[in-house]
Amino acid sequence: MFTRRAFALAGFVLSVAGCAGSTTGETPNLGRPATQAEIAGWDISIAPDGRGLPPGSGTPSQGALVYTQKCQACHGEKGVGGPNDRLVGGQGTLASKTPVRTIGSYWPYSTTVFDYVRRAMPFAQPHSLSDSEVYAVTAYLLSLNGIIGEQDVMNAETLPKVKMPNRDNFILIHPWKPKTP
Amino acid sequence: MRSRRDDRRDNDANAAAGNGLLDRRVFLKGGAAAAGAFMAFAGSESAAAPPEIPPGMTMAGAPLSPYGSPAGFEREVTRTLIRSQPGTTGAGASRTPLEVLEGIITPSGLHFERHHNGVPTIDPAQHQLLIHGMVARPLIFTMATLARYPMESRIHFLECSGNSQLMYQPTPPTLTCGQTHGLVSCSEWTGVSLRLLLQEAGADPRADWILAEGADGAAMSRSVPMAKAKDDALLALYQNGERLRPENGYPVRLFLPGYEGNMSVKWLRRIKVTDTPTMTKDETSKYTDLQADGKSLMFTYPMEVKSIVTRPAPGLKMTGPGLYEVSGIAWSGRGKIRKVEVSADGGQTWGEAALSAPVLAYALTRFRIPWKWNGAPAVLKSRATDEAGRVQPTRDELIAQHGANVLYHYHAIQAWRVESSGEVKNVYA
Repeated sequence: MFTRRAFALAGFVLSVAGCAGSTTGETPNLGRPATQAEIAGWDISIAPDGRGLPPGSGTPSQGALVYTQKCQACHGEKGVGGPNDRLVGGQGTLASKTPVRTIGSYWPYSTTVFDYVRRAMPFAQPHSLSDSEVYAVTAYLLSLNGIIGEQDVMNAETLPKVKMPNRDNFILIHPWKPKTP
Repeated sequence: MRSRRDDRRDNDANAAAGNGLLDRRVFLKGGAAAAGAFMAFAGSESAAAPPEIPPGMTMAGAPLSPYGSPAGFEREVTRTLIRSQPGTTGAGASRTPLEVLEGIITPSGLHFERHHNGVPTIDPAQHQLLIHGMVARPLIFTMATLARYPMESRIHFLECSGNSQLMYQPTPPTLTCGQTHGLVSCSEWTGVSLRLLLQEAGADPRADWILAEGADGAAMSRSVPMAKAKDDALLALYQNGERLRPENGYPVRLFLPGYEGNMSVKWLRRIKVTDTPTMTKDETSKYTDLQADGKSLMFTYPMEVKSIVTRPAPGLKMTGPGLYEVSGIAWSGRGKIRKVEVSADGGQTWGEAALSAPVLAYALTRFRIPWKWNGAPAVLKSRATDEAGRVQPTRDELIAQHGANVLYHYHAIQAWRVESSGEVKNVYA
C-alpha cells in the first residue's frame, strides 16, 4: 500500500543521497539506461562553441547548388524576395523604424544556422540534407551576407570561429556569462 | 414607487469610479436593475417569446454519445485568425476567442495554437523521452513508464510571447478581442515533475541549463535555466483531465509556469543537460526583443502582468443603455494577480474590480465589475497589478521604454471604445 507521503519523502531522500553520489530513493526509477549509440542517434543540437558539429564540410559554391534546388522557392534568389523569411542583408537597419532581421543582420551565432537548417529545413523534408550539404548551405548564406569569403570552407572547426556581426548587441536578461574558450 | 431622485442617490452611493462604474459588490447585494445583454453574433436572438411547450418537451431527445461536443448553436465559437506562413498550413498560429468565453479555463479545443512546422502524429507506444548530457545516468522513458510517476495538477496560463503583437503598430488593429489578444489560454495541466526525473538521471550540479527538444518537423528547441527546470517545470501528460490534445504536444510536453509559451516545448522527445544555453534559432533570431536602439534583450522569460476586458470587447455589441457586467482576464508570469482596476472614462478614474475565485499563481484570473452604461461613447480600460507589485504600463510607456520593433511581450493597458451604437472598437487612448 502506498502512503500519501511516500513520494514526497522519496524526494528528500534522493536529494540527500544525491550528494553522496548514490540513487537509492523511493522513486519509480523506471527509466531505461540509454546507450551511447542511442544518444548519438538522437542528439542533433549544436552548442554555440561548436560542440556537437558532425564531420563533413561545404563551400559557398557547393551551397549555392543546394540552395537553388531546395531553398530558393521559399526564401528567394540569393536569400531575398521569397515568400518566407528573408535570409540576407539588412545590416544597419536594426535601429531604424523598419528593421530587417536576417541571418546577416541579426543572428548572433553561426552554429545556429547549421543547427537550424539541419533540424528543420527544407520545410517539407526536414532531415533530408546530408551534413556536408548543411555545411555548404550554411557557408553559402554566410557568404551572401559578406561574413565569410566565397572560397571559405565550413566544417566543425571553422564554423564556430565565424563571429556574427550582431553578436555583441544582445543583452542577456537571465544571468548567464559565456565561458571564454 | 421609486422616484428618479432615489435612483440617482443609489447610483451615487454605489459608484466605484466615473461614468457609471459601480461598486463590485452591487450584484451581490441584489436589487440591481436587469443587466444588459451582449450580442456576439448578429441575428442570433429572436424577439418572439418561446411557446409554452417547446418542441424539445414533446419528443425524445438526442441519443447518448461517446464523446460530447458543443451545442450546435455554438458552432461559430471557434479558434480565430488562423494564419500560417506562406505556402504552409501548420507554421503559424490560431487564437482563442476570448470575448465569447467565461471563467478561467479555456476549453482544450479552443486553446490557442502556435506551431513551427505543423502538428506531428505521434503514437504514444512508439514515443520515448531521452534525458542525457551532463548526467550520471542517461535515461530513456516510455510514455507508459512516465504515466506511473507521481503526478501534480496545476492550473496555469500559457501565453505566446508574440501575443498582442499588432498593438505595436502605429494604428490599432480592427480585429476582435481574441484575434488581437487570443494567444493566451489557461488549462489544468497534470504531469510529472521534471525535477524528479533529473534527480533520477543524476544531473551534474555544474549544469546550469537544459535543452528541450520536440518531435515535430521543426524539432522545436529551447534552452531553459536549470533553476526553472528544478523549480516548477512539469512534463505534462494531461490537459483539463484528458490526455493532451495533439496540438498541445501529445503525448508529452514541457510546461514552464509563467514563461513565454514556446519554451514549453511540445511533443517532447529529448532533454539535454548542458553547461551553456544552446542558442537555438528560437532563442536568438526569434523570441528576442529588439529595442529602439538596435540592441536586443535575450532570455526575457516571464510574461509580464497583463489584463484585457473581454466583455464588452470587439466582436461583441452592446444592446442599449443599462446595467452591464464588465468581465475580463488578468495574469502575470511573476505570480498571482493582486488587483485589477477598471476605468469607464478613459483612465481618468478607476474602480477596483472583484476577482473571482480561485486566484492562482501563473493562472488567468477572472475579474468583474458592474457598469451602468448611459449610452454615450465611453472608453473602457483595465489595469492589473501582480503580487510582485508590478503594474501594467500604458502603451505609450511600454513603447517609450522598449520601442515599437519588439514584436514580443506586449502587455500594455488595453482601451476599448464603446460607441453609442453599441459597437466596441480597439483604440489607442
